[in-house]
Amino acid sequence: MPVAAIETREISKTFGSGDREVRALDHVSLEIRENEFFTLLGPSGCGKTTLLRLIAGFEAPTSGQLLLYGDDISNEPPYRRSVNTVFQSYALFPHLTVAQNIAFGLEMLGKPKAEISRTVDEMLAMVRMEAMAHRKTSEISGGQQQRVALARALAPHPKVLLLDEPLSALDLKLRKEMQRELKRLQIETGITFVFVTHDQEEALTMSDRIAVMSAGKPLQIGTPREIYDRPANRFVASFIGESNFLGATITAATGDVARVRIGGAIDMEASLPAEAPRSGKVTVAIRPEQVRLVEAEAANALPATVTDTVYFGTDTHTHLLLDGGETVVARFQSTLAHSEERANGTRVGVQFWEGSVQVLREMP
Amino acid sequence: MSAVEISPAAGTDQEARAEAARTRRNWLLSLPAVILLLFAASGPLVIVLIYSFLEPGDYSGVKWIPTFDAWTSILFTRDIFDDTLQLADAHLTIFWRSASLSLLTTLITFLLGFPTAYFIATRPPRQRGLWLFLITIPFWTNLLIRTFAIMEVIRNEGLLNKLLMMTGLISEPLQILYSDTAVLIGMAYVYLPLMALPLYAALERFDFRLVEAGYDLYAGRWMVLRKVILPLVKPGIVAGSILVFMPSLGAYVTPRVLGGGKHMMIGSFIELQFGQGRNWPLGASLSMLLLLIVGIGLFFYVRAMSKEKAHD
Repeated sequence: MPVAAIETREISKTFGSGDREVRALDHVSLEIRENEFFTLLGPSGCGKTTLLRLIAGFEAPTSGQLLLYGDDISNEPPYRRSVNTVFQSYALFPHLTVAQNIAFGLEMLGKPKAEISRTVDEMLAMVRMEAMAHRKTSEISGGQQQRVALARALAPHPKVLLLDEPLSALDLKLRKEMQRELKRLQIETGITFVFVTHDQEEALTMSDRIAVMSAGKPLQIGTPREIYDRPANRFVASFIGESNFLGATITAATGDVARVRIGGAIDMEASLPAEAPRSGKVTVAIRPEQVRLVEAEAANALPATVTDTVYFGTDTHTHLLLDGGETVVARFQSTLAHSEERANGTRVGVQFWEGSVQVLREMP
Repeated sequence: MSAVEISPAAGTDQEARAEAARTRRNWLLSLPAVILLLFAASGPLVIVLIYSFLEPGDYSGVKWIPTFDAWTSILFTRDIFDDTLQLADAHLTIFWRSASLSLLTTLITFLLGFPTAYFIATRPPRQRGLWLFLITIPFWTNLLIRTFAIMEVIRNEGLLNKLLMMTGLISEPLQILYSDTAVLIGMAYVYLPLMALPLYAALERFDFRLVEAGYDLYAGRWMVLRKVILPLVKPGIVAGSILVFMPSLGAYVTPRVLGGGKHMMIGSFIELQFGQGRNWPLGASLSMLLLLIVGIGLFFYVRAMSKEKAHD
């Protein structure tokens, strides 16, 4: 097995002391592979930025170890780590031009002049900023500053590039453009990217793997598809996209598949993550787009009443009240809505598509 | 005004009249200041300028005979036997001492003031007020009293010498008082706030996230200081340096008290001309020269400040 680009071993970080002690990271152990676009996703205060700052070297871990390609760098200062950061605020040097900003890291590394000027030209071309080389950073737009910040961090060709919510200051259109741009740069340079964001869509579209974090811990690490289709717990299921949560009973379990009984009427297969309970009462998660409406009296369906219909443009949400008292949201593409739309008060049967039911780790 | 016609023309006419009235009123309001400046500042200055082109009176005052002697005697002395001009070594020594002590004062206040300002600027915003307050405390006490306090510390039987003797670092008291070192210590102490405050103002506006960006891009502490912090707080450094250098150059009380009679600076030298020296024109020309130097300094100060403003 190849050595990980970044490995954290039981890293904890606490701020303050006594009553005011805040545990930002709680025994985090994870591996970030070489050439990977790895995203730390979570709400504010989940510890994702602290983890990034630890990798950058701006903070030291309270306990645990940080390895860069197998070398323990826990106590190395940031200027001795082959790791560069794209800051949320960009933090471009206002007294230097665009080209001088990009050259800064190379100069500090003591590279020869010819090499510096060649690399700077390459970087300017890569982020399409050749025309702005001699502008002051205050004279260029936010999107352009973003590109310069990227070029500056990539110029010394670090082993790992850290990106701290770099797109949050951009407007929607520019953000979409930069998402594709970032992905292109990551593939082009082959550098390992560690990306921090609270935007689930950003995470899903760009990442090779995502670590969903909450309260200083990664709750689930996996590909975007794994995270979305197989959320391991309630937090992940509701933070990434939307989910319906229903009580269920496991009747049989083999490997990572369980037979579950939902609402006393449905009996179907569900995927069973490791560490989840293998019998008794559990909670299952089902994505709204996996809900199917059938005739009210259909067999193997949960009887329900339509309570509300909300139009979202591309799709339409139908809110349902199950006879058992639980609520379910079903989502349909608006092009299908005509055939699926029901008036409020309509009696329907609720079913779930095969392979859409996910058992969650925690007890109900 | 009886009937006011409402027409666009009348409107603009009225506005113009109101504007004129406002201007008149503003002039009237500034009149006391203008008069004060004219008679209390410009007037005496003109007198000093005129005196610098006259001959000294026999006992004091001036004789109304126009001459450039006062200006040439800043740098030269006229030989009493053959009337040739020779460089006035004593004067040059005083100028050199003034300039070098002022430069050293500026340097020392910078070396002490920068870490102080950096420390305050990196405190949480609520604590900064307290630290700034502590810096300004010395301003509340009369300069003369503070200078005597320094004297008490550095004199032979003073605090510093007693402490050094007690710790056994020295066996004989150090003669610091009445030396250039004493003047330097005194001036650095007196002018430190004038350096620390503009440095703080510049550092307070400095974005400390840039320090992290510097570290991240392989700059160590020293390089971050040189390549990121210092270039960005340069306006504050220029301002502080000028604010310290200019009054140091003309300082009178501190060099007089701590330097004794022997270690004269321009300030005491000017005073001497109006007193025992009985050479008012020379005193006047020296004063004008000092004013000129300070004026040039102020010009650069204003330019640095406006540049900083443009930078924001």
